[in-house]
Amino acid sequence: MALNIMQLATMFADKHPGITSGHRLCPGCAAPNVAKFALMTAEALGYTPVVGFSTGCMEVSTTIYPYTAWNVPYIHNAFENVAATVSGVETAYRALLKKGRLVDPNKKYAFFAFGGDGGTYDIGLQALSGAVERGHKFIYIVYDNEGYMNTGNQRSGATPPGSQTTTQPVGKKLSGKIQLKKNIVEIMAAHENVYVATVSTSEPMDFFKKIEKALNFDGPSFIAAMSPCVRFWRVNDDKAVEISKLAVETGYWPLYEVERGVYRVTKKVKELKPVREFIEKQGRFRPLLKRPDADEIINELQEYVTSRWERLLALEEATKDKPIR
Amino acid sequence: MPEVKNRQAVTGAQAIANAMRQINPDVVAAYPITPQTPVVEYFAQFVADGVVETEMIPVESEHSAMSAVVGAAAAGARAMTATAANGLALMHEIVYIAASSRLPIVMAVANRALSGPINIHCDHSDAMAERDSGWIQLWAENAQEAYDFTLMAIRIAEHEDVRLPVMVNFDGFIISHGVEVVDFLDDEVARKFVGEPKVMYPLLDTEHPVTHGPLDLYDYYFEHKRQQIEAMKHVKKVFKEVAEEFAKISGRKYDLLDKYKVDDAEYIMIALGSTAGTIKYTVDLLREEGHKVGVIKPQIFRPFPKNELQELLNGRKGVIVLDRAASFGAEAPLYEAVKSALYEVAVKPQIGSYVYGLGGRDIKIEHIRKAFEDAFSGNLIADEERYLGLRE
Ligand SMILES: Cc1ncc(C[n+]2csc(CCOP(=O)(O)OP(=O)(O)O)c2C)c(N)n1
Ligand code: SF4
Repeated sequence: MALNIMQLATMFADKHPGITSGHRLCPGCAAPNVAKFALMTAEALGYTPVVGFSTGCMEVSTTIYPYTAWNVPYIHNAFENVAATVSGVETAYRALLKKGRLVDPNKKYAFFAFGGDGGTYDIGLQALSGAVERGHKFIYIVYDNEGYMNTGNQRSGATPPGSQTTTQPVGKKLSGKIQLKKNIVEIMAAHENVYVATVSTSEPMDFFKKIEKALNFDGPSFIAAMSPCVRFWRVNDDKAVEISKLAVETGYWPLYEVERGVYRVTKKVKELKPVREFIEKQGRFRPLLKRPDADEIINELQEYVTSRWERLLALEEATKDKPIR
Repeated sequence: MPEVKNRQAVTGAQAIANAMRQINPDVVAAYPITPQTPVVEYFAQFVADGVVETEMIPVESEHSAMSAVVGAAAAGARAMTATAANGLALMHEIVYIAASSRLPIVMAVANRALSGPINIHCDHSDAMAERDSGWIQLWAENAQEAYDFTLMAIRIAEHEDVRLPVMVNFDGFIISHGVEVVDFLDDEVARKFVGEPKVMYPLLDTEHPVTHGPLDLYDYYFEHKRQQIEAMKHVKKVFKEVAEEFAKISGRKYDLLDKYKVDDAEYIMIALGSTAGTIKYTVDLLREEGHKVGVIKPQIFRPFPKNELQELLNGRKGVIVLDRAASFGAEAPLYEAVKSALYEVAVKPQIGSYVYGLGGRDIKIEHIRKAFEDAFSGNLIADEERYLGLRE
């Protein structure tokens, strides 16, 4: 089965691919679309998705007992263990299939594990690394809103320098988080026997194709999705896609994939826009912009973004047709 | 009694691994920790040799082991794991989730002291830290019971009136590594006894999608906890039923409380696990000297067999409780439970609390005798915690 855009558009309009309407996420939140894009691609390709979620905004807003916004099998276990949980589910699938005890033996299952950046970059990294190293056939998707949103906008390993957070706020003495965002994509790509990609809801076709690739990949996949939090990024609730687009166009969130060590930049931005544009559009950087050292911090980020972009292009060239395994 | 065909000298770890082999679970997640490790090592060999059809998940931590068996059990698989001490502590968060999700997971725990300081030897601080997690706790005295309880645990956990996870506790090193003679059931008999898993609301039934582990706010959480409390109340009945059925195939009859020479006993000692064996031996010696003494060993600590204990302790002269775990700032866990049970007993015995064996410290006949002698001389003080084998 091939991806059919009309079919996807219809599914999206129906509002029920995996996650239904009526959940309680903030209006304008990008996270449900990350899930929808992934699940509807799977369904369009004939898979039955089974979903695991780590504790976070998405999970608490979609499963308030006795209600659920999920019309596919769904499991939440805890904050840091969705990768381990889904590895158990996937293993159970193989065991039951072998023993002939599967309820739907003819179904084509697709196992998804979703986590926020906190549950992925930080507390859940060990379980994720373990599950990927063991080679479970599942797709892990991090919806990256660059902080712990469910607990009220605390810093995470994904928070960029200068972004206002409650546990590392910008203040008179300190400029908030000093460290750059952790490069989770490279960490995951270093597991080698894995398909890794970045996606953004502002580039749906690229998103769908990468999910398709992940579904076809013989082994674990890791997808990092830019997922603006309209509340704490301080953008209007119709701006998630626009700000995601800007993240891509500035090279702040480059779209690329790594398949067993082979890099491919999937969106070649001809001329990157300055990162400052991305920063100035969001309220969360307002305290930074008022600081005397704002330029220094933004320049440092700009330098990092530019050199990473160049490095990616070089890696694409260098790894062409040279898979690690 | 059925004839014994399968008598072997094995370690407790081998005994449990063999029970797991006969159970042939769908999924086993495993992470090494002394003294549990040989259980999963033996089992991994069964997997490698194709003796079982189990899918094994060699996870990167105990936290993931428990997480993975939760996922597997929710998916509809019969899932097992094993651990000890710090491994159990690392699982702690998910141990609660397994119970509240009503997943019939069975886990062997080779009881070991919790750090710190780090110590690899036997005490019960690990399991006691999970006392209120909602797991059923079975406590084996020896390799035979470790084997038998592992088989029985599956039936208890999966019983439709229970649907709770079960921990099979067996003393680290003493049982896990000590070699004993164990009577194994025939594979076929054991398999028939455990039967096919009974699965409820499996995640993989995509025609009937369910949401596992939802957010349960103040408007339902309390009711769900109440359901767990009620499920625990069914355990004693189910334990007895399963034990009766097990007796038919094995000739070994278990009850909630193991009673040794208690009928006419004036003084009763209560302890969990392997120490009960040493106490039984000491009781024999004391009986030869004319003392009316006996031992009660709870085979199950959660749920706590309170009423059964009350009946047995009513009117005795002295009750001595031995704990292999301390509760800092309060009474030791087994003692606390026994003392609380005695509150409603008509004729209360004298009671005394003895903590022993922490971090693997040997418990000797002299120690047990000393505690009994305190009782004989009327020197038991309910509010005083005493220690056996401690250098002071
Ligand atoms: C062990 C543990 N520590 C802390 C928490 C509290 N907690 C729940 S969700 C969360 C943050 C989630 O952040 P993220 O994964 O980025 O998802 P988001 O809420 O941003 O969507 C935290 C800290 C928890 N549930 N469990
Ligand atoms: S707080 Fe942010 S991440 Fe959470 S639901 Fe609202 S917009 Fe989405």
